[in-house]
Amino acid sequence: MRTLPFLVIAALILVGGLFLPQFVGNPYYFFAGYVVLQYVVIATGWNILGGYAGYINFGTSAFFGAGVYVAAFLIKAFGAPLPVQILAAGVVGMLLGVATGYLTLRIQGVYFSIATVALVVVLETLIHNIDYLGGASGMQTIAPPAPAWFGGQTQYVFCAMLVLAVVAVVAARFIERSWIGRSLRAIKASEPAAEACGVPTLSMKLVACAISGAIIAIAGAPYAYYASHVDPLSAFSLTIGLNALAMPLIGGTRSWIGPVIGALLLASVQQIATVTISSEFNILAVGIVLIAFVVLAPEGILGLIADLKEKLRRRGARP
Amino acid sequence: MEFLDLITNALVSGVALGSIYALLALGLSITFGVLHIPNVAHPALMIAGAYAVVFANARGLDPIVAALLLTVPFYALGIVFYEFYARAFEKRGRGNTLQSLTLFFGVSLVIEIALVVAFGTDLRSVEVPYVGRSLEFGIVLLPYRFLVPALLAPVVILALWLYMTRTYSGLALRAVAHDDRALSISGVNPVSIKRHAFGIATALAVLAGAALVITGPVDPFAGRVQIGRVFAIVVLAGLGSIPGTLVAAILIGIAEALVTAFLSPSWAPGVAFAILLGTLAIRPSGLFGAR
Amino acid sequence: MSEPIVVIRGVEKWFGGLRALGPVDVDLKPGERLGLIGPNGSGKTTLINCLSGLFVPDKGTIVYDGRDITREPAFRRARMGIARSFQIPRPFTGMTVLENLLVPMDYLGSHERSELERADEVLASVGLAARRDAPAESLSQLELRKLELARALVTEPKVLVADEAMAGLSENEIDDVLALLMRLNDTGVAIIMIEHIMHAVMRFSQRMICLETGRIIAMGTPQDVAQDRQVQKVYFGERAGA
Repeated sequence: MRTLPFLVIAALILVGGLFLPQFVGNPYYFFAGYVVLQYVVIATGWNILGGYAGYINFGTSAFFGAGVYVAAFLIKAFGAPLPVQILAAGVVGMLLGVATGYLTLRIQGVYFSIATVALVVVLETLIHNIDYLGGASGMQTIAPPAPAWFGGQTQYVFCAMLVLAVVAVVAARFIERSWIGRSLRAIKASEPAAEACGVPTLSMKLVACAISGAIIAIAGAPYAYYASHVDPLSAFSLTIGLNALAMPLIGGTRSWIGPVIGALLLASVQQIATVTISSEFNILAVGIVLIAFVVLAPEGILGLIADLKEKLRRRGARP
Repeated sequence: MEFLDLITNALVSGVALGSIYALLALGLSITFGVLHIPNVAHPALMIAGAYAVVFANARGLDPIVAALLLTVPFYALGIVFYEFYARAFEKRGRGNTLQSLTLFFGVSLVIEIALVVAFGTDLRSVEVPYVGRSLEFGIVLLPYRFLVPALLAPVVILALWLYMTRTYSGLALRAVAHDDRALSISGVNPVSIKRHAFGIATALAVLAGAALVITGPVDPFAGRVQIGRVFAIVVLAGLGSIPGTLVAAILIGIAEALVTAFLSPSWAPGVAFAILLGTLAIRPSGLFGAR
Repeated sequence: MSEPIVVIRGVEKWFGGLRALGPVDVDLKPGERLGLIGPNGSGKTTLINCLSGLFVPDKGTIVYDGRDITREPAFRRARMGIARSFQIPRPFTGMTVLENLLVPMDYLGSHERSELERADEVLASVGLAARRDAPAESLSQLELRKLELARALVTEPKVLVADEAMAGLSENEIDDVLALLMRLNDTGVAIIMIEHIMHAVMRFSQRMICLETGRIIAMGTPQDVAQDRQVQKVYFGERAGA
């Protein structure tokens, strides 16, 4: 897609979404839409490190949970408004990404992945031990009321998440097409070759960790507002770690649109499915689909489409 | 309690805990340490093993005897699992670590959820006469539920170490870690060696599961806390070092016991992670690694 | 008589308890063509990994253009003008041929339209112009070798290390790559060629070095090195016996 049409479409979605509360009455749609958009942000953030640079983060829920708890803390301590919570969550997520990356990225990618698994346990342990944030049982987060224009809390967080999703996707697309994206893809293909081409691989990986960490944490920030109750179990939820990985892999990791497709598809199906089947079967199904894609279609839906196009082209070429 | 009592008991339970941890990490020490397969599903397999032991125990079998019998089906399971993995990746020449990590992550989730679906999320435990009683020796107090698995661990480790250093197939296994081609020239099929090794590692998961469930009740997600810990042990030990695994595990066990005794048990899960990060940052080759 | 552009002094590299390289002393003059030979495992790749910055030597110093670069990271050496190709081609998959060249060019400063022209020029000079927009994974073995060289060349290096740039190529293709390297050398680039293909490296080099178990056992003109008794024993002897 060309840049101008892309930006026009992004702006249309943004404006259309912001005016949606004026036309749609039923808050359930905003409730469900919020979750779908939240996953667009998470999957997009994950893909900057995982898809472009090839460093798999299993601990997405650590970053997400950090965002949730930063927001919860700000609500409790200062009654801070949502935009402040979001910015603070972004800064904390960035620092967390840099710190984890700095400690583990100088060695092989496997260690980074393993460290991210453990990171979830550690942050959860930390929250369990902070009484101010409610410890293991969690706490109420009574946020300041939403601006009247939005017509309700749910509509307000929906619109906030829509803004975040558009910003995240625009940022991801920009990174992908800039020198940063090129360097990250070079790192994914071969780190020694990237170094030999003058790419400061460690710094670039840290940049990717920082951006990715910030975006994922930002996705968690409005949760405190949305749910008006936070606890370690839902903030560091297994589902988030799984979906963050599954959505880009199913959609396709090479381009910004892959995670968007994956998130829209998977999150919508899950939203419909939670009404009908249990959440365990939900995770089980995602797990099996994930395995199937990793084994059979490692380039995701985008890869399948490209293969199909190639086949059609060949068939067309043969008279 | 007196300070001396506290620290002695912390050290003793730390060693016992560490010994158990070594058993948990042993399978991974083979898959990750020797075969370089990042099997993040190992802890989940371990929990599956624990549930199998619980199932057998409910039918009157001693958990350790049950685990020993179960090593056979688990070995077979490992072989099947490796075959699947190899078909998906290694034979296609796409030995991409990150994709295999994702695969094992997915497998681990499927195992966990399968357990939830089959047994629910309640805690499960085994019934044995010695659970609930403790060994008292001077100021030291050690529950048998720790002592028994802690004694099982060194036996298993010794057996594995003897196998790896004294038998032909054990030596071949270590050679395969260095160079596939060298072996295939000498007439040994590296794929069958690796398959065999993966089978052994999976069989070790059921022994680990038994140790874990004797120590305390488990739920389907109990493996997740162990992921950081077992990888910390394998990395700290120096990849693939069997005696190193025991030493590293005991160090971590002691560290956790001290944190539990002097800080709070709720901080203990973070200890292994801190050690893992510290090791990666300072000495990625581990205590017993060559380089 | 010009000053050497690369001065390697007493460089050693150890792996565990084994000394893979050194101590070695090597000088390279600007615009020189140096051949580096030796049996497998003799330390050739270790030496150039120390020069390009992939390894930090355990002992010794490496001076480039009057500056001590022993501890400089690889990416900085690349920007200073030390380029290399890899023994096994390492294309940036998931990118087109052109994008492969843009990766090093991103770090050269200028983001002008001339950047694309420069990339096209290099692609034309290695004979990849027609494959400009092809995905890197669709290239043939020869094209991959050329891409490796093209990627090294866009940075306008002063020193190029070609690590077995001709392995697996046919006789014609070898001539092709040799001619390319010669043309490049004409523009003043010093080239270190690691090669197993004897006639190619002898034809190419002004001076040759033979390594064996991490040490230099012979240095001189290609003829002298080829006729050196020790070289014949370890190198040709090994080949004849194999």
